Amino acid sequence: MQKTQSVKPTYFKPVQFLIEVGILVALFTLVQYLITTGLLNQYYQINLASICINIILAVSLNLINGFTGQLSLGHAGFMAVGAYASVIMTQYMELPFIVGIIMACLAAALAGFIIGVPTLRLRGDYLAIATLGFGEIIRVVLQNIDYVGGPAGIMGITKMATWPWMFASVVITLVVIVNLINSSYGRAIISVREDEIAAELMGINTTKYKVLAFVIGAMFAGLAGALYAHYFYIIKPETFNFLKSFDILVMVVLGGLGSTTGAVIAAIFITVLTAALQSFPAIRMILYAIILIIVMIYRPQGLMGNKELGRRAFGRLRGENK
Amino acid sequence: MVNGLSLGAIYALIALGYTMVYGIIMLINFAHGDIMMVGAYIGFFSVAVLGTNIFVAMAVAMMACALLGVIIEKVAYKPLRNSTRIAALITAIGVSLFLEYTTIFFLTPNQRVYPAEAFPVTNYHVMGLTLSSKDIFVFISAVVLMIILQYIIKRTKTGKAMRAVSLDKEAAMLMGINVDKTISITFAIGSALAAAAGVMMGIYYNSINPLMGIIPGLKAFVAAVLGGIGIIPGAMVGGFLMGILETLVSGYGSSLYRDAVAFGVLIIILLIKPTGLFGKNTGEKV
Repeated sequence: MQKTQSVKPTYFKPVQFLIEVGILVALFTLVQYLITTGLLNQYYQINLASICINIILAVSLNLINGFTGQLSLGHAGFMAVGAYASVIMTQYMELPFIVGIIMACLAAALAGFIIGVPTLRLRGDYLAIATLGFGEIIRVVLQNIDYVGGPAGIMGITKMATWPWMFASVVITLVVIVNLINSSYGRAIISVREDEIAAELMGINTTKYKVLAFVIGAMFAGLAGALYAHYFYIIKPETFNFLKSFDILVMVVLGGLGSTTGAVIAAIFITVLTAALQSFPAIRMILYAIILIIVMIYRPQGLMGNKELGRRAFGRLRGENK
Repeated sequence: MVNGLSLGAIYALIALGYTMVYGIIMLINFAHGDIMMVGAYIGFFSVAVLGTNIFVAMAVAMMACALLGVIIEKVAYKPLRNSTRIAALITAIGVSLFLEYTTIFFLTPNQRVYPAEAFPVTNYHVMGLTLSSKDIFVFISAVVLMIILQYIIKRTKTGKAMRAVSLDKEAAMLMGINVDKTISITFAIGSALAAAAGVMMGIYYNSINPLMGIIPGLKAFVAAVLGGIGIIPGAMVGGFLMGILETLVSGYGSSLYRDAVAFGVLIIILLIKPTGLFGKNTGEKV
């Protein structure tokens, strides 16, 4: 009798899992120790917070742009929705921070759903412009609502997003997105990127998966917005304009469209670069522009392509981005 | 309404560039609004430093931007002609950021006021309407430029080549048309129109700044989509419609919502008739 045993289901490896958890706990404790002992001064702490927020933004945008192949330029808009939703919860209604975070995610996901359902019928460049347009509409609407301060925004937000919150948010984002991509949902999402028509012929409901990816991406942008608002004391609509969306796009493009580890590395790199060039904002943007152009001309799949660093050996579906 | 017409004329000029470039290489040239900005600056320096009159300034700006457009095309877009549309689009965003921040770097982000002596403003009263010489100047020169463009496209050999390339690149190449040269010319003409629009913007709003190209650029894009992207008369009509609509909205409603309206129009158009007012539906090829 022949026994077919082609694929070994190795989804859960306890030892490896424990090692990874151990590394995370060690990293967390180390930074926490450095902060409490004051070895990490204010400047580094701010950069660390920016890195965490940017990782969440880049990884979530990468889900939309990289894995689903739908170019979205409205990510800052969802961040704004999350930031304002969380601030309304914590500052106006005086609810705990966790409620603010959850509401930020829900509000941004809802916004993503409302925007995604009509616009995701569009393709390529039209989608890019439509999402850019929606991002701007969100900003203009916020500017016109006096309840949230209009163009001046909200100031004096209590600083609630401490290191544990930041760290937990990054870990949750990564775990959810990586697992999503390695699930059957993820394979469906990638198939939409590779060839939408072929995917549809295989019986995949492409609209459903595009909206799903879009909503999840928006949700995590909302989370990043909530963290941003509760770390930097102040939010105003102008912060979340399309230049912010482009910032995130630079990270995704640099890291590789379709590589989560690439997005993380690029987010860290760009944040550090931004901090280093703080006194020369024009040079920083010129550099971004040159990075975008050169990467697109010489390596359109991004520096990492769709390869991942780390233990995952499977799921490396090579193939040119279409 | 009169304001709307002259604003619309400016949008139409920018939209023409978008539409021409899209028609020929299927690329949304994000940097188009920024080429307009560069044109406005060149016009400004021509008037303020060299002391030329406004017509010379416009001609200088148009020539310089035509050159700039060709350089951008050769350096940034040509290597990507056969790659994915997303890659080309991201490059276009990169070019746009590059132009904006290079200008900021060299010329500071401050606003500059267009010299008033460059264009003396007088008001005429015709049949109960107040017409400013600004509006008349903008409107007439835009219309003249559009007529010249129509002539180039419909009556000259270059125009014929442009139409052929936008229909079918390979077939045009087989017919002995120099595709690269035609694409360059398209960029040159589109950029020159944008530069003219930039100088007009300077006269119309009196001030220019390095980020002035973004919003009008996006609105002109909406105008191009409204008229049916790739269709030249569509871009003109779309531009005028956008200008009038915007003036009406800022006249009757909150002027802050002005920018949101443009994008609202875009989304409605894309959902109802993505090919635009003058567009034909084409099936998707597998």
